[in-house]
Amino acid sequence: MTETLLTLDQVGVAYGDKPVLEQLSFTLAEGEIGCLLGPSGCGKTTALRAIAGFEPIRAGRIRLNGDVIATADEQWPPQQRGIGMVFQDYALFPHLTVAGNVAFGLGSLSRSEAHARTMELLEVVGLAGHADDYTHALSGGQQQRVALARALAPAPRLLLLDEPFSNLDVELRERLSGEVRDILKARGTTALLVTHDQHEAFALADRIGVMAQGRLKQWDSAYALYHEPNDRFVADFVGEGTFLPGEVLAGDLLDFELGRRALHAGHAFAAGQRVDVLLRPDDVLHDDASSLKARVVKKAFRGAQFLYTLALPSGATVLSLVPSHHDHAIGEAIGIRLEIDHVIAFA
Amino acid sequence: MDLPIETASRSLPLAAKVKRRWLDERLLAWLISLITLLPLAVVVASLLKPQGEVWSHLGEFVLPQLLANTFWLVLGVGVGSLLLGVSLAWLTAVYDFPWRKHLAWALALPLAMPGYVLAFVQIGLYDYAGPLQGLLREYMEDTRWMPSIRSRWGVILTLTLALYPYVYLLARNAFLTQGRRALEVAASLGLSRRQGFWRVALPMARPWIIGGLTLALMECLADFGTVATFNYDTFTTAIYKAWFALFNLNAASQLASLLVFAVLVLVLLEQKVRGDRRYTSAGRAGAARPERLPGWRGWAAVAYCLLVLGIAFLVPMVQLLRWAASVAAEQLDLRYFGFVGRSLLLAAGSAVGVVVLALVLAYAVRRRHDLSSRLAARLATLGYAVPGTVLAVGIFLPISWLENGLINSIKALGLGQPTQILQGTLVVMLLAFAARFLAVAYEPTQAAMERITQSQEEAAASMGLGRRAVLRRIHLPLLRGGLLTAALMVFVDVMKEMPITLMTRPFGWDTLSVRVFEMTSEGQWEIAALPSVAIVLAGLIPVILLARETEKQS
Repeated sequence: MTETLLTLDQVGVAYGDKPVLEQLSFTLAEGEIGCLLGPSGCGKTTALRAIAGFEPIRAGRIRLNGDVIATADEQWPPQQRGIGMVFQDYALFPHLTVAGNVAFGLGSLSRSEAHARTMELLEVVGLAGHADDYTHALSGGQQQRVALARALAPAPRLLLLDEPFSNLDVELRERLSGEVRDILKARGTTALLVTHDQHEAFALADRIGVMAQGRLKQWDSAYALYHEPNDRFVADFVGEGTFLPGEVLAGDLLDFELGRRALHAGHAFAAGQRVDVLLRPDDVLHDDASSLKARVVKKAFRGAQFLYTLALPSGATVLSLVPSHHDHAIGEAIGIRLEIDHVIAFA
Repeated sequence: MDLPIETASRSLPLAAKVKRRWLDERLLAWLISLITLLPLAVVVASLLKPQGEVWSHLGEFVLPQLLANTFWLVLGVGVGSLLLGVSLAWLTAVYDFPWRKHLAWALALPLAMPGYVLAFVQIGLYDYAGPLQGLLREYMEDTRWMPSIRSRWGVILTLTLALYPYVYLLARNAFLTQGRRALEVAASLGLSRRQGFWRVALPMARPWIIGGLTLALMECLADFGTVATFNYDTFTTAIYKAWFALFNLNAASQLASLLVFAVLVLVLLEQKVRGDRRYTSAGRAGAARPERLPGWRGWAAVAYCLLVLGIAFLVPMVQLLRWAASVAAEQLDLRYFGFVGRSLLLAAGSAVGVVVLALVLAYAVRRRHDLSSRLAARLATLGYAVPGTVLAVGIFLPISWLENGLINSIKALGLGQPTQILQGTLVVMLLAFAARFLAVAYEPTQAAMERITQSQEEAAASMGLGRRAVLRRIHLPLLRGGLLTAALMVFVDVMKEMPITLMTRPFGWDTLSVRVFEMTSEGQWEIAALPSVAIVLAGLIPVILLARETEKQS
């Protein structure tokens, strides 16, 4: 897990004069699963295509396993990079059977080896019984598995997945993303995925990069992105939450409507500065005994929990996740308590 | 809650009324399909009562030559249009080189020039007396070593140049929508570009390529004017000769029935690959962009495209204009405007009529949505595959029987002594046009019809509009573009049409294409050029429409 496999160093891509990717840098270790997460048009797919070799880069360099596979001047052709790809729409070959698709990239193996590898992978993705079917007869989930098996068959150094689950319905998406993670981890495959769906990113990836407008905002674990975002965009994009105004006090303390808390280490605020504090729904707990009261403005049933939108006396709102047997009416004032040691704030 | 109940009760009597009508859409659709089915049935039925005498003559003197000629022509044109069409499509779809966009649509231009025009221009250009050999003779003693254009190779070359755009357009469509993407997938699996072409892009485009090929070969089998110009006897010219030179209707229809079977093979093949196309898509086009061909390779691509375009269209067009200009002063007279006027009149009249038929057909399929209506539409539009010579024979025969029956009964009833009722009118010709070009009008009409969703109709109905009002206020306005395209396509096809016009025109109804045929038969290239220019100009219209359409898509 320690050997670095993929390194992007200040990579830039432009279409004509329009930059779509600027100063993209991150590393992925051997066996790790990374994810680029962001809204559509943020450049994440372009980053993936640049790594695969379908998009020339204008600046920086990409290294794979110590080989420099792309610079502004020299690009390895895609077929020499040993990078596999699962396409968003699967891009299966309709003129070949399932087995034919999976065996497609195994030209260097002997016939019997290729057959054995194909069957092994079909076994892994649970489609051994469909080897001789044509792909249009398969369901969406099955097609997606064929695409995965096909990309894994040549044992690529790195596997890229472009919005791999976006064409599937929600239930299947969750199941498959778990399965895919298990398969990749079991084979020790290093992978990089691109998605706009944070649940997908959390379910699959070890490291996640949040992108916006062609730039990487933060490259971190899911936990850190959620609880320690280093950018207001990341805080907004990942998870739910609200901002409350506050004032920085001496001694790294922050004063705001719900009390005083320590600021997260590494902040750069001066005492007296006005800032916005990020509060996640799980930072605000319901507690009947608390003297802090807030009025229910909106409620959304989430099965095990209610997500309450609560108005504080000042009129500012916070979100709170509350076990769903606490069913309060809109307009009712309920007690709340802050369950957080360090707060994150933005200028 | 009131509204839906109210409209439901309002629409009930309408539905009831529809059911009671005897002349419903489905019946109309079947009546329309008879225009195509009847002549086919007549022609094929002539096989059932073979006439030994006719057959022995045909078998001994005509058939071996016809079969050999047709075989080599189909083979040659098939291979030629595949090579030209696929290579040009691949080049312009996947690679980037100077003027690629302009060349890409210009390569469809040869569609505007009917084979029979290209034929006489090629002969005029490359024959012993033509300008090319004349030029060469200024530098060398003798040019008789050059292969003669008046040969099997000449016909094959000419028809290939005229028909390769069918393969080119369909293959390009396939390569544009999936070719580059397929290459990316192949590359991500470790395949080079060349391997990607042979192993992915080509097999995936196969249904389109074969579709284009069958269209080209149907045109090739149906062609009359080109082979007639080259004096290269095929079934179509044999049918024509049996009809006019021998006045032997039996021989003509026996020959036509053989041609129908050849066409049937192509139709079945085409219907099959059409079905395959539904499944064949490896995802969307994606963001893949064409790869730049650097340096001399880019210019080699330009040279190749220009070479094909030059031989197939640019040089012949220049020659055509020069000839036309040389005789314009004496030939641009009232007689010429008579040809133009009759061509326009026929084309416009047929366009309107055929589009109405197509509209009824498409409407029936939509309203009924049952197997019967769809089958009727399918059969009605088979005529695009049937050569004009066959349709001319197949429609002329039943009409003349009907006429004889009418004349006899009128005489028997003592109502007069008529000699001609339907013959000598435009009826046969217009029916043959309808059968041949119904598919041309049906495709865009049907496509436009499909873009109107069921819920749009239902939304109109829920606002209280009756069926007729829906047709008038929803369908017609939304269909206008499609119907206009349909009419334009039929218009141009009728302008270019040669064998049906030639064989079934009433006395005095000489059109532009008839004029071209007559002047070509006499070797008067210059005079034939003038009406040809008008035909090519009309033929440019759909090519330009097509180019704009593809521009919009990409």
